[in-house]
Amino acid sequence: MKITILHDLIRWEEKALYQASLKKGLDVSLIDIKDEFFDVTKDYDSKFGDVALQRATSYYKGLHSAAIIESLGVKVINSSQVLMITGNKLFTTLKLKENNIATPRTIVAFSPEKAIEAFKELGEKAVIKPVLGSWGRMVALLDSYYSAKAVFEEREYMEPIYQVYYLQEFVKRPPRDIRAFVVGDQVIAAIYRHQPSGDFRTNTALGGKAENCPVTKEIEDLAIKAAKAIGNGVYGVDMMETEKGIVVHEVNGTVEFKNSVSVTGVDIPAKIIDFAIEVAKR
Amino acid sequence: MPLTAKCKECGADIEIPDDALPGEIVSCPDCGLEYEIVSIQAGKVELKLAEEIGEDWGE
Repeated sequence: MKITILHDLIRWEEKALYQASLKKGLDVSLIDIKDEFFDVTKDYDSKFGDVALQRATSYYKGLHSAAIIESLGVKVINSSQVLMITGNKLFTTLKLKENNIATPRTIVAFSPEKAIEAFKELGEKAVIKPVLGSWGRMVALLDSYYSAKAVFEEREYMEPIYQVYYLQEFVKRPPRDIRAFVVGDQVIAAIYRHQPSGDFRTNTALGGKAENCPVTKEIEDLAIKAAKAIGNGVYGVDMMETEKGIVVHEVNGTVEFKNSVSVTGVDIPAKIIDFAIEVAKR
Repeated sequence: MPLTAKCKECGADIEIPDDALPGEIVSCPDCGLEYEIVSIQAGKVELKLAEEIGEDWGE
């Protein structure tokens, strides 16, 4: 069986997935999509094997290359359909709502004027997030009318995606969130991510500290439900412990796990490769 | 002797890990500039400046 690991950058995760594939005796190749071109209107035998893991850090490169490689009859994990949803916070929120999965109240507007009305609707305290991108980049807590107005105005001078004003209620929770790792129909591990001092965001990319989190029934059910809502795949399901129970606020489709393997003791890359083998056989 | 490359910015030696692969990011220990490994062949390593973090990067 031949497996391909697609990437635009090689991180710890890509090397770990590569090693895990070798250990299972797979014919594995690392392909940098930046080093390829794709004759999309031609049919040809692809070199991408039976299944490909989409590990591109860039949402656009990952989504588009996944769609192309799927057109060659190769199964891609995660699929372009899944990546389209997980890569965009609004699409993820709509999927969660469609499947009655508790998620923070979210209001979306397309102009500064309506964004201010949404901000008032949320009690003049809200978190604004770009619908694309991650690692907590540009996720901001707005808790004053004038600073909110300033942020909205500045966005009008940025690329069009920033005129999608995605505002979420500020959820009261302990200084941590939960990331559950879902592979296929299993929650294989979970971590708490403790926010660093001086920040309300918990991303480990911003200094959030990972700690093992026991996978309770509530976490497992919610994580599986969120994953099933989007499609069979490999996810990082992000949750918050609120006063009214656990809510899912985001589902990530190119999950990072460097800090999680050590604190959970779970061989996450090996589980992902097992899942890829299973998908390739279907 | 681990493989090294010269930082184009400050001239410091950048140590290349033994298991490094093309496409991987290494950063200069002195000035912190990040490079992407282009190739590693016969004890020689080629680097290029790493891409800026894109707005659509991330999970």
